Amino acid sequence: MIKLTVNGAARSFDGDPDMPLLWYLRDEVGLTGSKFGCGAALCGACTIHLGGTAVRSCVTPVSEAEGKEVVTIEGLSPDGNHSVQVAWRDQNVAQCGYCQGGQIMQAASLLKDTPKPTDAQIDDAMSGNLCRCGTYPRIRAAIHQAAGQTAAPKGERL
Amino acid sequence: MIHELKLMAEQASQESATQPATRPVLANVSRRGILGGAGALVLALSLRSPAQADETQTKEQKEHKYGADGMPHGWRDDPKVFIAIAPDGTVTVTNHRSEMGQGVRTSVALTVADELEADWPKVKVVQAWGDEQRFGNQDTDGSRSLRHFFQHFRHAGAAMRAMLVEAAAKQWGVPASEVTAKNHTLTHAKSGKTLGYGDVAEAAGKLPVPATVTLKDPKDFRYIGTGKIGLIDNFDITTGKAVYGADTKLDGMLYATIARPPVYGGTVKSFDDSDAKKVAGVVKIFKIDGAPIPSEFMPLGGVAVVAKNTWAALKAREALKITWDDGPNATYDTDVFRKELEEAARKPGKVVRTQGDVDAAMAKAKTKVVAEYFVPHLVQAPMEPPAAIARVKDGVCEAWASTQGPQAANDRLMKALNLPDDKVTVNVTLLGGGFGRKSKPDYVVEAALCSREVGGAPVKLAWTRDDDIHHGFYHTISAERIEAGLDEKGMPVAWLHRSCAPTIGSIFAPDPKHELPFELGMGLVNTPFSIPNMRMENPEAAAHVRIGWFRSVSNIPHAFAIQSFVSELAHAAGRDPKDYLLDLIGPPKTIDPTAIGDVWNYGEDPSRYPIDTGRLRGVIEAAAKGAGWGRQMPKGRGLGIAGHYSFVTYTAVAAEVEVDEKGQVKVQAIDIAVDCGPQVNPERIRSQMEGAVVMGMGLALTSEITFKQGRAQQNNFDGYEIIRIDAAPKVVRVHLVPTGKYDGPLGGVGEPGVPPVAPAIANAVFAATGRRVRQLPIRDQAAGA
Repeated sequence: MIKLTVNGAARSFDGDPDMPLLWYLRDEVGLTGSKFGCGAALCGACTIHLGGTAVRSCVTPVSEAEGKEVVTIEGLSPDGNHSVQVAWRDQNVAQCGYCQGGQIMQAASLLKDTPKPTDAQIDDAMSGNLCRCGTYPRIRAAIHQAAGQTAAPKGERL
Repeated sequence: MIHELKLMAEQASQESATQPATRPVLANVSRRGILGGAGALVLALSLRSPAQADETQTKEQKEHKYGADGMPHGWRDDPKVFIAIAPDGTVTVTNHRSEMGQGVRTSVALTVADELEADWPKVKVVQAWGDEQRFGNQDTDGSRSLRHFFQHFRHAGAAMRAMLVEAAAKQWGVPASEVTAKNHTLTHAKSGKTLGYGDVAEAAGKLPVPATVTLKDPKDFRYIGTGKIGLIDNFDITTGKAVYGADTKLDGMLYATIARPPVYGGTVKSFDDSDAKKVAGVVKIFKIDGAPIPSEFMPLGGVAVVAKNTWAALKAREALKITWDDGPNATYDTDVFRKELEEAARKPGKVVRTQGDVDAAMAKAKTKVVAEYFVPHLVQAPMEPPAAIARVKDGVCEAWASTQGPQAANDRLMKALNLPDDKVTVNVTLLGGGFGRKSKPDYVVEAALCSREVGGAPVKLAWTRDDDIHHGFYHTISAERIEAGLDEKGMPVAWLHRSCAPTIGSIFAPDPKHELPFELGMGLVNTPFSIPNMRMENPEAAAHVRIGWFRSVSNIPHAFAIQSFVSELAHAAGRDPKDYLLDLIGPPKTIDPTAIGDVWNYGEDPSRYPIDTGRLRGVIEAAAKGAGWGRQMPKGRGLGIAGHYSFVTYTAVAAEVEVDEKGQVKVQAIDIAVDCGPQVNPERIRSQMEGAVVMGMGLALTSEITFKQGRAQQNNFDGYEIIRIDAAPKVVRVHLVPTGKYDGPLGGVGEPGVPPVAPAIANAVFAATGRRVRQLPIRDQAAGA
């Protein structure tokens, strides 16, 4: 029996301890905000926070979460207004949006460790997160905004 | 596009194939009753289609249908199908186009809201299920959503506004002409009375739809063209609540994965599932028969595993021991095939456009230049691999799918399950990217076959990335050879372009082995250059994998070859590439596409959508200006330019690259200019161009699918490399060429950004290094020999 916390709620799991956290979260817990993109830690669409650190849930066995706190995109903030989420909306970063949960989780982790990242630090931290729609320029802009280094885009946003 | 493409493929096969063509599978089978339910009104709304009834049209033009009207099921001319207003005033817009990142849910809703004079926060959007009889054409491909439906949605919003005004006027007993609708409020100025939209919604719904409507003056637009509207799904996307293909949860749902034949046309010879069955959670393992070549959009077959969770299904699939019969494509090897293509391109082929006397002019030309270009197979690789959920029980099928073509999915489900139309429903989720892959609903059918096999439990069928890369509908593989005879000034007097590539038509009919009109019309026959003698040829090329649409399709190889070659000619003439390109295009003029061999013209009326070389010149000049064209570049840096016409839109890219001592290419800045006519949502046009730059960079620099023994050699994002953030340029400037008129011809946006990116980068590499790259991806070719 594996005991862990998911977005603040205590949970236990008695299935295959090798099951990747991604499938545990999606199939067993029903949290589908973490996405499958590659299954091999190559794209970052499944990024979650495990014990406060960004990890790829597609290659992290659920057994590794024993006694730890798991936070998914659904649990990043109670009202969906984490500074990174707000910046993502202000910059209209998303196109299809599929990878953006993972991008946001990675960016939130980056800003926790590096509150004022340079472009090079952003590229370094975010290069494991693929976006096939090509939203990278806006991801950089949103991270700078969330870091308080730039303001939200000017003009009315309805 | 699916529809006309099928017809083209069948026609081409009948022309050339020795075996009889298969019967066309058309979408217009019997449809379910429409507008059912109590109180449903059959509304006969006769709105004047903006593309019709032009007195200058010839008889033939009037009879030939274009735009949305030329598509199966066209446009459903009834605002009540698309707009509902609740008593609390909430406006619900039903969007019938698939959302895959192009922003169509936002753009459709804001178009309706503007003409309706709705208050944006009170507007919601819901997604239509697959039902073209009810909603009109739903194939979301070919950069057509706003091109085909913008004016229609404007009319629908305006008609509903007129009905609200009429209802308020009746309630007050005043003439409708004295009532105004603004921002969700109806006002009678004389009496000072006001009503909310919700107050009269029910009464308005009982009124006849007006036969004619008055559209807003564009100067009064509050949402259209402003770029002020945020994405309508922004909150759900940023909080993990947005629902994609694999995100619907149903009671008792099972999870499936399929081991498919590794070679196109292969079959299961035998399989041993004794180890696989031992995996905890496995429910059933069974064989699925695939469709034979040409397999169209139907499944490839294989061995399916259904389990209680995804992990068990994946583990069990890995434990299967399958012996395959690889079939006729068992020896497909892209290294070998490339040589065949190049050989074919060196010999005469089917003439697809000719003007003047190329041979005579070539013989007399002062000098000749010839070059060959190569573009490999690519795979769309949307971040969300194909995924669908289906429940097939008691003769009823309901599916939830991430699909660009819900009606296409619906029809294939009917065929695979032998069910009538009224027993099949396809619900459309958000798409985690599409890029053409999700126009083909093989995975939706797979989900349904699995559900049927396990007795009707809902089944979630999700492809892995390896599945996506191994069993794709690949971008074609192509050799392009261009020869030019030049005069004493270095300008071409003769131009001979041979394009050789397997056709998408090969998935629909016995392989036609020639590019179809829609592929030829993607930048080959409609090359808009002022050259007196031109000939385009298309030698035969056979398909050995499923060939499918990849964002911007055949424009990729055609634009890469032509726009690279132009820069080569400029170099040969000792001239500036931009000036040379503009001279080749010549003074601004309009060209009837049918007069230069393009009978397709993206399905648009050639009189309304001629090729306008002035607009092509305009975007080239805008991109060049944005990039500071002509400035001195430091060592190792270069600027390259390319312009291209596609999806009735004009796009140009100026790329600045840096090539280091090791030959590594770093794209420093991109200026992309686009003239798509009316700009409905400039904010999303910008984002589509930004995204097209990144996707174009991927195929320019790193992406490639190769085959050995019929098998794709790449597995995942390690072998199939797409652009990561550290390779994305720090500077992407999008230049929107302004347009004044909203009733003018609207061009596509989703795809036209891609084609000029790769040639602009290759031209920039040449400018930086003097090394000409003629094959994609560039990888380390800039390092020289």
